[in-house]
Amino acid sequence: MDLLRSEPMQLVQLIIPIESAQRSISYLGDLGLFQFKDLNEDKSPFQQTYASQVKRCGEMSRKLRLFKEQMKKANISPSTWSTRDGSIDLEKLEVKLAELEAELIEINSNNEKLQHTYNELIEYKLVLEKVGEFFSSAQISAATRQRELEVQQPSVEGSIDCPLLMEQETTAYPVKQIKLGFITGLVTREKSIPFERILFRATRGNVFLKQAVVEHHVLDPLSGEKVHKNVFIIFYSGERVKSKINKICDAFGANRYPFSDDLSKQFEMMTEVSERVVELKTTIDVGLLHRSNLLQTIGYKFEQWNLLLQKEKSIYHILNMLNINVTKKCLLAEGWCPVFATSQIQKTLMRATMDCNSQVEAIVQVLQTNELPPTYFCTNIFTSSFQEIIDAYGIAKYQEANPGVYTIITFPFLFAVMFGDWGHGICLLLATLYFIINEKKFYCQKLGDILEMVFGGRYIIMMMALFSIYTGLIYNEFFSIPFELFGQSAYGCRDPTCRDATTIGLVKVRDTYPFGVDPKWHGTRSELPFLNSLKMKMSILLGVSQMNLGIILSYYNAKYFENNINIWHQFVPQIIFLNSLFGYLSLLIIVKWCTGSQADLYHVMIYMFLSPTDDLGENQLFVGQKLLQVILLLLALVSVPWMLLPKPFLLKKQHQERHKSQSYSLIYNVDDPLESKSHGIHKNHQEFDFSEVFVHQLIHTIEFVLGAVSNTASYLRLWALSLAHSELSSVFYDKVLLLTWGYNNIIVLIVGIIVFICATVGVLLVMESLSAFLHALRLHWVEFQNKFYEGDGYKFNPFSFTSLNDEDGL
Amino acid sequence: MYGFEAMTFNIHGGYLEAIVRGHRSGLLTTADYNNLCQCETLDDIKMHLSATEYGPYLQNEPSPLHTTTIVEKCTLKLVDDYKHMLCQATEPLSTFLEYITYGHMIDNVVLIVTGTLHERDVQELLEKCHPLGMFDSIATLAVAQNMRELYRLVLVDTPLAPYFPECITSEDLDDMSIEIMRNTLYKAYLEDFYRFCQKLGGATAEIMSDLLAFEADRRAVNITINSIGTELTRDDRRKLYSNFGLFYPYGHEELAVCEDIDQVRAVMEKYPPYQSIFAKLSYGESQMLDKAFYEEEVKRHCLAFEQQFHYAVFFAYMRLREQEIRNLMWISECVAQNQKSRVHDSVVFIF
Repeated sequence: MDLLRSEPMQLVQLIIPIESAQRSISYLGDLGLFQFKDLNEDKSPFQQTYASQVKRCGEMSRKLRLFKEQMKKANISPSTWSTRDGSIDLEKLEVKLAELEAELIEINSNNEKLQHTYNELIEYKLVLEKVGEFFSSAQISAATRQRELEVQQPSVEGSIDCPLLMEQETTAYPVKQIKLGFITGLVTREKSIPFERILFRATRGNVFLKQAVVEHHVLDPLSGEKVHKNVFIIFYSGERVKSKINKICDAFGANRYPFSDDLSKQFEMMTEVSERVVELKTTIDVGLLHRSNLLQTIGYKFEQWNLLLQKEKSIYHILNMLNINVTKKCLLAEGWCPVFATSQIQKTLMRATMDCNSQVEAIVQVLQTNELPPTYFCTNIFTSSFQEIIDAYGIAKYQEANPGVYTIITFPFLFAVMFGDWGHGICLLLATLYFIINEKKFYCQKLGDILEMVFGGRYIIMMMALFSIYTGLIYNEFFSIPFELFGQSAYGCRDPTCRDATTIGLVKVRDTYPFGVDPKWHGTRSELPFLNSLKMKMSILLGVSQMNLGIILSYYNAKYFENNINIWHQFVPQIIFLNSLFGYLSLLIIVKWCTGSQADLYHVMIYMFLSPTDDLGENQLFVGQKLLQVILLLLALVSVPWMLLPKPFLLKKQHQERHKSQSYSLIYNVDDPLESKSHGIHKNHQEFDFSEVFVHQLIHTIEFVLGAVSNTASYLRLWALSLAHSELSSVFYDKVLLLTWGYNNIIVLIVGIIVFICATVGVLLVMESLSAFLHALRLHWVEFQNKFYEGDGYKFNPFSFTSLNDEDGL
Repeated sequence: MYGFEAMTFNIHGGYLEAIVRGHRSGLLTTADYNNLCQCETLDDIKMHLSATEYGPYLQNEPSPLHTTTIVEKCTLKLVDDYKHMLCQATEPLSTFLEYITYGHMIDNVVLIVTGTLHERDVQELLEKCHPLGMFDSIATLAVAQNMRELYRLVLVDTPLAPYFPECITSEDLDDMSIEIMRNTLYKAYLEDFYRFCQKLGGATAEIMSDLLAFEADRRAVNITINSIGTELTRDDRRKLYSNFGLFYPYGHEELAVCEDIDQVRAVMEKYPPYQSIFAKLSYGESQMLDKAFYEEEVKRHCLAFEQQFHYAVFFAYMRLREQEIRNLMWISECVAQNQKSRVHDSVVFIF
């Protein structure tokens, strides 16, 4: 359970008798400590041993999807509290699902049929209403015209021609009337215009079409969807036209309904249709009730079935990864597991064998391998989020030193250096405590993207908040207000009137303020120069110590992997180089702080390079400084070629020796697994390309030398961000809160307070903390981890049922 | 101006080009086809396809599958892709995309008209139509009795209308005249599409003219082969060839007088790009010609993806997907009818 090195892993071969295979895998899935290797990668999915079972599972999950869809349509949500009786197994479930599906489909098809006739009847009713209206209105208008004609008739009777014409008309009229047929029906509204157009074209305008809009939605009998429709009536003459119109109606999906122009018949039809509609309605309602009952019962068990099915599916996927032995009696599994879990796995397999009443026990066998094992850290709820920060950069190489251990402290600390304000810290702490206290509740809920991120990092945020309270106390900032928490300020006015406090300055009257920055500094003219100098120097000290830590970790790595070349020709010159330049700077800073000297450190550092032999003059901090500087400079100069040259040549020599020894003796001594491993890795590169190795080393050296300067400069972001934070918060305090306070108006004050709160939360708490977070992240990923971290491993990904629940399998 | 599309192409076309290239990487590979060819049942095929982009379309199909279901669902995927792209497209890409479907429209019109001629049910015919070539009043085609009616009633509203004037005759429809109509329409369509692409200019014009020229030449060869031994006169045959492509104009003269397949072959072998097609075929073999053409077409369409900033990728993608669906149909038919030995006869590997 050591977080610095990843768990020792081993490649294990399991030989499982076929009858207990399924149960063994299932138990291993419950245990969740075994990563299976796919031994059947070359086989296509349907050639695998358990392809038919996977297919069955797929079929069942299809049925479940169908149920889910139907439940969604019927507004029934699957109950979350599922009764886990666990007695149901896959075969029973399959039968049950098939039964339920058949029942559901039957009910649905019955309902559909009923609904179809119901919709048709409704449409018919609409046609009867609308067309009836049309006919009656037409009759009324015809009657009035008739009357008008009758009124007119006597007057025209006198003329000679008219009666003849009238007579002709009356004789011709009935003949035509017999031929004039009509078709009634409904057509969807979007199609009504093209429908009319096509009718017109097809019959050359020899039809009379009348449409009436149906105000509300109509359920289309064929598709069952809600659509807007128009009722139409077409008058035509001739059989050919009729067949044409019928064809066109078919083409447009217009439903035709018979209609009679006889009023009494109309009435009869109307009553009949209405009766049937009522009858059908009750039948449909009963059917729907039956269906929703069925869906309800499905809903009770749905989650349980779904879970079971997903488990089974994943088990079969794993089984498909196993190698079936030639005898077909047992399955061969290979995979990684942590060494500590060996006995657990053995016990689990034993239990599976017992539960299956199997004759043969499963065999666990540890294999020797040259492969790089996966990286596995046993993290807990607190450390996992920190480990995730590291994993986001790269998964650690197997058993490489894990920066995650140090990140737990250094990350929140560097964040807090940039976010130093104990007022803001308390706000953050309260927010994150809310998440931590309600942890259990939040686990079950589905959170939004942003909230999920905050919840996932709640322990990081808690640490960050605690540390920013600490640094805030050091900076003596509480929403940019200083407090005299640890006793009185050390400074006082020269005289009781305090006239010249802002011009000449204060004098020290008491002992130094015991903890952090003296509150009297706040608001003075020299506040910024003082804080800048403090924070800048502090950033350099922090940076140099963190980089040193990184280099030291590279030593532990080299020692752990027994790589002497890396110790002597990488670690040693690196640490000498860094410390002879920036370690010396840190030393100077500390000495200057302790002695209170006035020396100019820029000058010292610059002239250390430009003219190391010159006299330091007033900038001398301690005796023998010049000699020390010359020695350090020489050391730094020596360490650069030291870093660059020996390593590639030594590697070449090593390679040649190994090659020679290989040609003499093929037998390898493998007593230390780790050593054999490192050899194994080298063995893979049979070709030793010297130029490549040398160029690589050259790049590495240049990167380190330049990086030493640029990384140290990069740590100055600690100062910059902390400055920005304190200035911003003082701006909000002075220019919003104090300004509005000055107006002596309650409304202005309330507005001011609201603006202040919004600015504090939005800008300082959210945006500033995000930016400080990102900068802290960068300092870790780039400045700290590039000193030692390889990060080219891969993560241990065990087969486990707990990860199944998170993802939605459907 | 040619060569400067790179500066402005991505303003409107960048997103869709990315989409279409993503779709292209979802096409089945040779490895997929090899696996599919080993399938024993249609369920195996479904299982294999579930790992591809067709997965979501097939996963809710109940188990006794039919070839038609597979093909239908796969086509649905193509149609969805197409509709998505069409929705996102701006001019002139949207017009370009619409042009791609006109070929299907012509096929659908011909299908319905022939179907009604043979007194098939309209609904049944509609199901057989390619969904990309559907238009509103397509079902009304059944009403028409002759070409003039066909045009006046229905097609005047469709984008095919401008292609029609050449084939309006008032004679009644029969198989021959429908076939001639199809080819006349296709000729007009290809020429129009060709002109449109030339108007777009740049890499689109260059690549599309190559692809369309191949299409036109293939049609010319097919027309020639199919019209050998029919009452179609040489002049009529000549009229059906599109007025561009490698064969235009001299090859057309020669094709017009061909009397058997070997003469066609002699004509084609004069054109270097088509020599390779015949390299694999022995004399007198016309069955394999289709496959050879398809293979050549697929090769050309794949090459269209090698260049960026042009519209031909959309055309190529649609054609490749259609070829893939044809392949799937063939494989599933072979599997369903237990003719697995013939699987490789007509499958054209895309990659």
